[in-house]
Amino acid sequence: MTATTTEHVTPAASAPTQLTMAGALNAALRDAMADDDRVVVYGEDVGPLGGVFRVTDGLQSQFGEDRIWDSPLAESGIIGTAVGMAMYGMRPVVEMQFDAFSYPAFEQMVSHVAKMRNRTKGRMTLPMVVRIPCAGAIGGVEHHSDSSEAYWTATPGLTVVMPSNPADAYSMLREAIDSDDPVVFMEPKSRYWSKAPLTLPVTTAPMDRAVVVREGTEVSLLAYGPTVRTALEAADAAESEGLSIEVVDLRSLSPFDDETVGASVRKTSRAAVIHEAAQFGGYGAEVAARVTERNFHHLAAPVLRIAGFDIPYPSPKLEEHHLPTPDRVLAALDTWEWDR
Amino acid sequence: MSLNVEHRSVRALPSEKPIRLLDNAGHAVHGSATGGFDLPDAETLLELYRRMVVARRFDVQVTALTKQGRLATYPSAYGQEACEIGAISAIEARDWFFPTYRDSIALLTRGIEPGDILQSFRGDWHNGYDQHAHRCASQATPLATQALHAVGLAHAARLRQDPIVTMTYLGDGATSEGDAHEAFNFAAVWQTPTVFLVQNNQFAISVPLSRQTRAATLADKAVGYGMPGFHVDGNDVAAVYSVTRAAVERARSGGGPTLIEGLTYRIEAHTNSDDPTRYRHARDVEHWKRRDPIERLEKYLVSEGALSEDVRTEIADAAESVAAHTREVMTTEAELDPLELFDHVYGRPRAALLEQRARLEAELADAATDAGAAR
Repeated sequence: MTATTTEHVTPAASAPTQLTMAGALNAALRDAMADDDRVVVYGEDVGPLGGVFRVTDGLQSQFGEDRIWDSPLAESGIIGTAVGMAMYGMRPVVEMQFDAFSYPAFEQMVSHVAKMRNRTKGRMTLPMVVRIPCAGAIGGVEHHSDSSEAYWTATPGLTVVMPSNPADAYSMLREAIDSDDPVVFMEPKSRYWSKAPLTLPVTTAPMDRAVVVREGTEVSLLAYGPTVRTALEAADAAESEGLSIEVVDLRSLSPFDDETVGASVRKTSRAAVIHEAAQFGGYGAEVAARVTERNFHHLAAPVLRIAGFDIPYPSPKLEEHHLPTPDRVLAALDTWEWDR
Repeated sequence: MSLNVEHRSVRALPSEKPIRLLDNAGHAVHGSATGGFDLPDAETLLELYRRMVVARRFDVQVTALTKQGRLATYPSAYGQEACEIGAISAIEARDWFFPTYRDSIALLTRGIEPGDILQSFRGDWHNGYDQHAHRCASQATPLATQALHAVGLAHAARLRQDPIVTMTYLGDGATSEGDAHEAFNFAAVWQTPTVFLVQNNQFAISVPLSRQTRAATLADKAVGYGMPGFHVDGNDVAAVYSVTRAAVERARSGGGPTLIEGLTYRIEAHTNSDDPTRYRHARDVEHWKRRDPIERLEKYLVSEGALSEDVRTEIADAAESVAAHTREVMTTEAELDPLELFDHVYGRPRAALLEQRARLEAELADAATDAGAAR
């Protein structure tokens, strides 16, 4: 093993360039592979095609087929072999092509990826990253727009993160690959083409922390992945009506950053969590419950969940009615009693 | 090295009649029934005999301890010693082994302490031995899941030009699982140095093999993946050892994976909580008891003059001492620390878990105080 350093080399300062989230993820993989030859990438169509979302574009021609290759089309096989590779000391970064295609791997994820460290009292760790393009709003036909995060967050032993912007995408993926524990790295498909000016490498807040991305005083909108933009748009719209909304990008779904979220909620006294996944038993239920348990006496109103309906994900022409919109967010906030 | 391995397929069907080097009377087999494999030398066979005798004594002891309530459960491998010991003896210390819950005696043969093997069945923790130190994965309960780990580790080693082999055991029932298929296929496509031993003990708890497959033999499945398959008499340790040894050597030299089926029989119940009288006849069990793998080898060794009374006594004594040691460690309750429940879930401590740990710690302190007051 030649290069095992995980320090990011800072090149000469250069002007920021516009980078998409897909591009930032690609750069993170490229830099991680260059820094550490234990990092290997495989999955379905990640080789010559560069992934269906082009996140692995150009990596095979740069690093060769021993570092990044197309596996047989079998998700349990991908995750199960990654467990074995991680046991050997490699750092596999594997791709599940879409949320709903990861389900064949559920047993490997829940029974082995999540449990190996605990089962072996820390003697066997699994430094692996499972990249999952997630959520909807891309006009995908059935099985291409699920939001599966709650399956993973309900599983002790898994770390689950979801960036909402290109800078976090780069920084959090580098940190996930450096982690000695398995990370479920969820990539909101609808944000793959969102751009931001970036100078790489970039290091943002630690992967396990939430970040206040817009300050406000009257409401805390708790969002992650694709709904961060929804929350920001709602906050902009509310500002013109004189309502001050703070937006917290959760970033890390497991662990949950009680500290950052609690500080925001205690400041504003009102909170709503927004996600695309169905509401019943969804991740928002956990957020609402723990925010209430820990901050009840600071709350002026019940914590709201603004989520997808409790229905299977709709067909492309109907998905707009399912997904939380800024208008729906503001309408939900109107259901609170306000003494202003 | 390129992962683009030359496309080739192995299309030879395994023999329907299992490969056999020693018949049930303990006579060396000659001709086509051997599949061209040679009988191991007497020294190797004597060592396999010793290991099987020790393994069975251990297995019987643990079953007895389970009936006494010392273990939560124990899946016995009684009658399967030829598969269990023959195959594990064909790999080296540098190689990796991926066992199932039924393979405790293979772990014993691998040199793992009885108390460490049985920690999980006693209910102390889910795994009791150091996987890295023994190059043994923990005993997998979800069927066939470990086969993929074996393939992944082998592939990683191959990428590193590390000439190790991985071996995994599966049961006949496990071949119905999707992970078995995916493991066979990944191994064949990637040409990983992996040896799959399917111990066909003819029952998946209560369900007979006829309800699992319409294939003539489980080894036949290998053909569909483009890898060699061998159908072996799983009660003939000489055959199991020779066939797996050849597969290990082939894997180590870059020849890819092999699927081996050992035809054997589960003499004991699935576990202590099973009742086999509900689904099989005692006469079938008796039939297979007359095909005992240890007796078969013993007859051969005695007839060859390779097993003296002294050596037999010495081996029996060694087996007794393993049994005594097992009794001793299993009748001593381990000190368990409930707070350790929180310590190994994540490498980086989580605030929420530390809170829960503190809560349990307070509960334990209260309980201790109450116990003190009651006294």
